[in-house]
Amino acid sequence: MSADVAARGGTAAAKWRTAGRLLRLLKPVRRRMAGVVAATCAFAALNVAAPKYLGDATDVVVQSVVGGTFDEQRLGRLLLAVALMYLGASLFSWIQGALTATAVQRLGYGLRAAVEQKLHVLPSSHFDDQHRGDVLSRATNDVDNVSQALNQLLNQLIMSVLMLTGALAMMLWLSPLLAVIALASVPVSTLITVLVARRSQAHFTEQWASTGELNAHLEEFFTGHEVVKVFGRQEAAAATFGESNTRLFRAASSAQYVSGVVQPLMIFVSNLNYIAVAVIGALQVAAGSMTIGGVQAFIQFSRLFSQPMGQIGGMLNLMQSCVASAERVFALLDAPEIPADAAEPAAGAARAVAVRAADVCAADAESAAAEPGPPGRVSFEGATFGYSPGAPVVEDLSFTVEPGQIVAIVGPTGAGKTTVVNLLMRFYELDAGRITVDGIDIAEMPRDALRSAFGTVMQDAWLFTGSIRENIEYGRPGASDGEIIAAAQASHVDQFVRSLPAGYATMLGNDGDSLSRGQRQLISIARAQLAGRGVLILDEATSSVDSRTEAQIRQAMARLRQGRTSFVIAHRLSTVRDADLILVMDHGRIVEQGNHQELMAGGGFYAALYRAQFAGREQPESVLEPEL
Amino acid sequence: MLLSLMGRLLVAHRMTVLAIICLQLVQTTANLMLPTLNAAIIDDGIVAGDTPAILRLGAWMAGVAALQVGTAIAAGYLGAVVAMRVGRELREELFAKVQTFSSQEVGVFGAPSLVTRATNDVTQIQNLTVLVFTMLVAAPASFIGGIVLAVRQDLPLSGIVMAVIPVLAGLMLLIVRRLIPLYRRGQELIDRISRVLREQIVGANVIRGFVRQEHEIRRFDAANRDLTRNNLDSALLVAGMNPMIMVVVNLSSVAVVWFGGHRIQSGQMRLGALTAFIAYILQILIAIMMAMYVFTTAPRAAACAERIQVVLDTEPSIGGPEPGTALSAASPQKLPPPEQAPRSGRGPVPEGAVEFHDVAFAYPGAEAPVLSGVTFTAAPGTTTAVIGATGSGKSTLLNLLPRFLDPTAGSISIGGRGTRSLPLAELRGLISMVPQHSYLFSGTLAENLRVGGPDASDAELWQALETAQAGDFVRDLPGGLDAPVSQGGTNYSGGQRQRLCIARALLRPAPVYLFDDSFSALDYGTDERLRAALEPALRAATVLVVAERVSTIEEADLILVLEDGRLVAKGTHQELMESSRTYQEIAASQLVLEETP
Repeated sequence: MSADVAARGGTAAAKWRTAGRLLRLLKPVRRRMAGVVAATCAFAALNVAAPKYLGDATDVVVQSVVGGTFDEQRLGRLLLAVALMYLGASLFSWIQGALTATAVQRLGYGLRAAVEQKLHVLPSSHFDDQHRGDVLSRATNDVDNVSQALNQLLNQLIMSVLMLTGALAMMLWLSPLLAVIALASVPVSTLITVLVARRSQAHFTEQWASTGELNAHLEEFFTGHEVVKVFGRQEAAAATFGESNTRLFRAASSAQYVSGVVQPLMIFVSNLNYIAVAVIGALQVAAGSMTIGGVQAFIQFSRLFSQPMGQIGGMLNLMQSCVASAERVFALLDAPEIPADAAEPAAGAARAVAVRAADVCAADAESAAAEPGPPGRVSFEGATFGYSPGAPVVEDLSFTVEPGQIVAIVGPTGAGKTTVVNLLMRFYELDAGRITVDGIDIAEMPRDALRSAFGTVMQDAWLFTGSIRENIEYGRPGASDGEIIAAAQASHVDQFVRSLPAGYATMLGNDGDSLSRGQRQLISIARAQLAGRGVLILDEATSSVDSRTEAQIRQAMARLRQGRTSFVIAHRLSTVRDADLILVMDHGRIVEQGNHQELMAGGGFYAALYRAQFAGREQPESVLEPEL
Repeated sequence: MLLSLMGRLLVAHRMTVLAIICLQLVQTTANLMLPTLNAAIIDDGIVAGDTPAILRLGAWMAGVAALQVGTAIAAGYLGAVVAMRVGRELREELFAKVQTFSSQEVGVFGAPSLVTRATNDVTQIQNLTVLVFTMLVAAPASFIGGIVLAVRQDLPLSGIVMAVIPVLAGLMLLIVRRLIPLYRRGQELIDRISRVLREQIVGANVIRGFVRQEHEIRRFDAANRDLTRNNLDSALLVAGMNPMIMVVVNLSSVAVVWFGGHRIQSGQMRLGALTAFIAYILQILIAIMMAMYVFTTAPRAAACAERIQVVLDTEPSIGGPEPGTALSAASPQKLPPPEQAPRSGRGPVPEGAVEFHDVAFAYPGAEAPVLSGVTFTAAPGTTTAVIGATGSGKSTLLNLLPRFLDPTAGSISIGGRGTRSLPLAELRGLISMVPQHSYLFSGTLAENLRVGGPDASDAELWQALETAQAGDFVRDLPGGLDAPVSQGGTNYSGGQRQRLCIARALLRPAPVYLFDDSFSALDYGTDERLRAALEPALRAATVLVVAERVSTIEEADLILVLEDGRLVAKGTHQELMESSRTYQEIAASQLVLEETP
């Protein structure tokens, strides 16, 4: 029991921390917020003062009935003052609204930017075990909810609180007795709010969590819709979707109606209060201690007092919904990041690597002959890594690549070949051992400097929404049309692009779905060619490209690779035959290394793979022999 | 759009909606009675000095207030349930609709936009529904009630109210009209935001590899700025609305005291009426503010409703059986297969026989067709391979069979029946497929495999994995069949994913198997063992294979060579090596790749 209470207390404290953090986000716009508070003060003061003068005006009318003299001039003066006050109040209310809107929109902008920038410093593993749809939901649905709710909250909450205090002050001034009666409603209202809030908060948290979950489901089903269809799994998909849809429905409606109870209850309390004021006020008038105009003004103030109370209660659901969403956004922002890059000395060295790499690119155009030795000495020393603890994908990997060498990594599917590349690029951090580039431990280099040394073509060709030209240019921003077309020609993109109606301006959308996988690979090769980095990494770069095209690309690549260290992962052993170093991997370990001749002579795993690949291939060979 | 959409959804809940309206009417009436009772306290109690009357009227007021809170809570409860149900139904409808879409329609909207529409857009409509129930019923009632009571209190003074209403209506109309386009654009910009983010998540490694984080941040920033600016525009409009209405209403209460004062002075009006009148004006003001709150939410919901309705109104380009052939589709078992293709003379066609007759396909608006004049027959128990350059139309050809796309000319039949004459579910029931994008769902390996065979036992799963050459690596995984899979299968290598997709397809026995470039990420040894293992498993089936490597398809019974969407040659490996120049070139290029040092 006590533990339960403690736990609830803990979560409540967490909610307050979240709310506090949300408010701290307003810090950059604090001047604007000060303006908001000032404008609201002015508005509230005028809005509170106006009914008092309107009450005085009523008294002028009352006096004319009771006393017989009608001071029309006084009535006119009072009403003019009231009218000016109301005009002023509206002006300040407008200023306040406009300032709040800009502040909140800035906050929303900042939150979205923070979420996006966070994506760039999350470790790659984060995306492996988090649903893409859920992350997206946090960045869109939750941020949207926070800013929508905050806009209303800041507008109304500040105003409500000020109206409350203003009305209270006026009431105290008019009649302390009645003010005390009115104040009696405050603890009652607070109690109601607290009781309800305790019950509804969990529902709001659940509501936004299930929105994220639903988003994730939709993301998956809409992305993989072809698979769903071809396997006739629409019903099963609909059932899964239906479940999370119903969960969202339950949470959302519970949250809505539990928190929705507050406002009617508040209105009830305020009505009772109103009655008490009316009855007691009437008795006071009867006793002669108050004027009718005074009672009338007081009644209006008690309205002004209880209305914001009700509004604050009514904002409860907004507040809770806002906090629930903010928690999810903050959770994403607080997710562990990639460890920060090590500071200066090594960083300088790494920059040197990158600069020298760039030199090679520059020199490439002229002649690479007279240049000092290009960078790119890569060394793995006992590198061990696993995506999940206790299940190493690569184990105790050791090898050295000299600058300018071509290294091929071969081995059965799942042997850990791509992982080697991921480790070299520091998409993942080693569990043990180290990797050096030109003698510097890559763990001590800034990641960006390290990666600037590599030109990569990944296994999954990734293209973004934009034109084909933009997708190629991605490798080297600001490249000229000539350079882009040259890269496109070398990688055989040019041929199929020319057959497209819009050519290089053809827009690619939705993961480049309009292109075949082979075409996407070609574009990413063009991108890497254009980038012209010091070390080239080709991970199954041409697996879906037809062989005729591939042969032509290989020639172009051979030119590109000259003088550069390159890593090639390929299944076609022919591709790797001319490599300077072949690493044969199996089950995360290097089982053999050497060049083609050595490995064939060794008669081990490689030789077996090689023979398997060319088993029964004599026939075509003989057919074509004369041509070669 | 918004009205028709909400109207349609609410009709289903009309009894509840009716109950809500009744409850809200009671609630509003109770609320309106309170100032009247208060006026009575002043006139009959205070002015008359009648204390028992004050207490009696006070008790009445308490009773009315209790009634009000009870009905308000009940209405709130029902309103929340109906609004959330409407949301759930809309999401369901959208989901069901997208399920009927072909790749083309999904492509037109884009998956991220469809997701936004089903979540964010629906939420907006849901929010509006909640508001409508809590306010739009109460607001007009309290608005009209306020006016009626004001008129009853004093007709000439009500003239002020009457003059103010058109002014307010005009102001609101003006603002709402400018809001709708802003909100519409706002939702589009949210789409853009989520599209950019999605790309950044999917392409995280490429972005990092090319060190383009700065560029991505700028790209996102542009979208973010646009959204913020657009939101700010609409927020400023809304911020201007409140004070405008307040000033109009408050000034009218000043006018009430001025004119009312004169009327009381001349004895045309009682004193209590003035107090009540100000209360009514306040009542009307609150009603307008409530309505305004709805009106500021409505434009955004209206923009969302449009976006949802567009999806719901989109007719999938690929539907059920075509009208002309509906008869054969209705009772496929009983009727002999209608003659779809010239070969029907030889009695019943085997279930899995696939026939393409002069098939062409072009994307709408495209200049050149992707495929044209493709004719071939694939018989059960044979393997037909499709080879050709990147972009020659191989995958398109395969995608025509399960009707992910429909040919723009010619006909395709399966088992002697035209694919368009079959209900989609039945047609796709005849086909098991390994798609080009080896897509896996998040969950466990077993769950993914059971997409193919929902009732398969663990032993059957293992058997399929063994055949697909995936048994070894799955066994090594911690958790085995229960090993986790992340969305898209990104925690497995390309080759592993392809084999898992093959195992998934094998778990679904079908007369026709399609392999769309399913071996490209496999090393040769695995490829070869896989093909050897597949051979007995698929012996009776019609197999269509798209491949890049000649070695993968050498043993196929029929090889189709595609070039620029045309079928330039067909035959066996032997025949093609002798007759087809294109095929020779393809084979030669692979030997160059494989054999030249």
